[in-house]
Amino acid sequence: MHMADALLSPAVGATFWAGTLGTIGYCARKLKENMDEKMVPLMGVLGAFIFAAQMINFTIPGTGSSGHLGGGMILAVILGPYAGFIVMASVLTIQAFFFADGGLLALGCNIWNLGIYPCFIAYPLIFKPLAGSGASPKRITIASLISGVVALQLGAFSVVIETLLSGRSELPFGTFVLMMQPVHLGIGIVEGFVTAGVINFVRASRPEILESASSARPLSGGISTGRVFVGLLIAAVLTGGALSWFASSNPDGLEWSIAKVFGKPELPEKETGIATALKSVQKRTAFLPDYDFKKHEGAGEGNRGTSWPAVQPGTSVSGIVGSALVLAAVLLIGLIIRALRRKSV
Amino acid sequence: MFDSEYFNLGYLDTLSYRDTVIHRLDPRAKLIATVLFIVTVVSFPKYEIAGLLPFFLFPVLLFSLADVPVKFILKKVLLVSSFAVFIGIFNPVIDRRIVYSLLGVPVSGGWISFLSIMLKFFLTITSALLLIATTSFPGICHALQKLGMPEIFVSQLLFLYRYLFVLTEETMRIVRARDMRSFGNKGKGIKAFVHLAGTLFLRTVERAERIYQAMLSRGFAGRLHSVRSYRFSGADGVFVGATIAALYLFRAHDIVGAIGRFSMRVF
Repeated sequence: MHMADALLSPAVGATFWAGTLGTIGYCARKLKENMDEKMVPLMGVLGAFIFAAQMINFTIPGTGSSGHLGGGMILAVILGPYAGFIVMASVLTIQAFFFADGGLLALGCNIWNLGIYPCFIAYPLIFKPLAGSGASPKRITIASLISGVVALQLGAFSVVIETLLSGRSELPFGTFVLMMQPVHLGIGIVEGFVTAGVINFVRASRPEILESASSARPLSGGISTGRVFVGLLIAAVLTGGALSWFASSNPDGLEWSIAKVFGKPELPEKETGIATALKSVQKRTAFLPDYDFKKHEGAGEGNRGTSWPAVQPGTSVSGIVGSALVLAAVLLIGLIIRALRRKSV
Repeated sequence: MFDSEYFNLGYLDTLSYRDTVIHRLDPRAKLIATVLFIVTVVSFPKYEIAGLLPFFLFPVLLFSLADVPVKFILKKVLLVSSFAVFIGIFNPVIDRRIVYSLLGVPVSGGWISFLSIMLKFFLTITSALLLIATTSFPGICHALQKLGMPEIFVSQLLFLYRYLFVLTEETMRIVRARDMRSFGNKGKGIKAFVHLAGTLFLRTVERAERIYQAMLSRGFAGRLHSVRSYRFSGADGVFVGATIAALYLFRAHDIVGAIGRFSMRVF
């Protein structure tokens, strides 16, 4: 579920990059304050471990399809939230560069979706309280299962929000959510079992490794709930800011998707807390200048064509001719440079 | 699949150590230019197609000046499992407004926005791969640090990259051993995976301890140092400046329309 550059608008991409960079900076400062230097190689090699382990496919019982490890939860449990986040971010960065998973602008979103939720929400708020300190294998399994599911659900929901805010996709909110959440429920359950399995395996065979890792790591999970909520609040404000920025500078994309999402009358019946929150965002944005919902509603389904510039046959033909010429010219430039280089070598 | 992914990693790494005009540029210059390029491409509205075409000049120039094998990169772009394609394909299904008539064939808005997503997908992914094919990963890490990325994150990236090849080779052997002992999907379940991953984890931690000892004996005191120095030269400035100028020109002006109208008038 890597978010992709092509589905993003610059404002949304930049907002999530800002959030991600801020978190990396915060974690780096926290780690610098009280990190055992032994952690430097351990973090590096564990990153490579996650990367390699992701390449091992396994079959998922009952479905016949195959899955692989995500790794965010394992890292958070073993290294603690700060180091775990840094390692997860580094794994995703390498993937973005070498496997082109998503792209460079979307990397900010991907680190956010797959790093923040396991490390700063699922781990401190769910895994720690559920697993406790004594940690029987059963409690670890339950804790990893629930936190794995929650982390992936939040991640999947973020993908939906990022896509809708960018306004490049036509998918309405309801359909998109119904498509993403159940799929990631399955993935989350598998991730939870695998996380629990690996942690219990390590605990059973070499318990001192987990203990030494947890004594070497700074602030083993000592994240205050208040801070998490402040962080989330900042994220919400940032996202809202991006929304309004996009809405005022580039009306066609967002207006469309938001109008499609919220213009549906059946939505209020199955409203949840998130839907109400979104609705209030919509209400606020509706008052933004140049944000003309009414025009679209009045125009009706059949007349949506108003936002599309009126097509005149003359300009469209010249557009196609121009496109062909530009592409041909670009290709020609490439071929000429290649030929010249071959000659000179 | 595993072997080919590993091969790709190694091949991209090898490509990045070639010596061409583009490879010699400072990593910072290439990183900045690539990021600006991606942001400009993505900034086009939903239904833009013609405006995106001049941007193909950037990857074409990099391909030819840096002598990057076109087939290899294109194959990677096509093979990349893309969320963008999966989500974008819903556009033609949902948005069926006819907005255009191409030689009598009606074209819906959904197809146009889908094509726009595909063009953006191609341009952004290709430029990201070209960046890594023309710049070594340690070079990019150096650029990130110079541009203000925290040192801990940069050294984490360098470490991860250094041991990536070691661990993927080890994992490749493990996977091969598992596959030889399993028939079809039998033996490839979660339980076997957990044991494999657990063992790999234990080995990794032990390796980290050995690495730490080795680093200590070589005088490690919490920082990684690099021997190679980079310099932002005049050529780098020209490269970034030209990129910015071209991006502005292509974004702010309707090049395709102008050429089209001009050629229509000529013929």
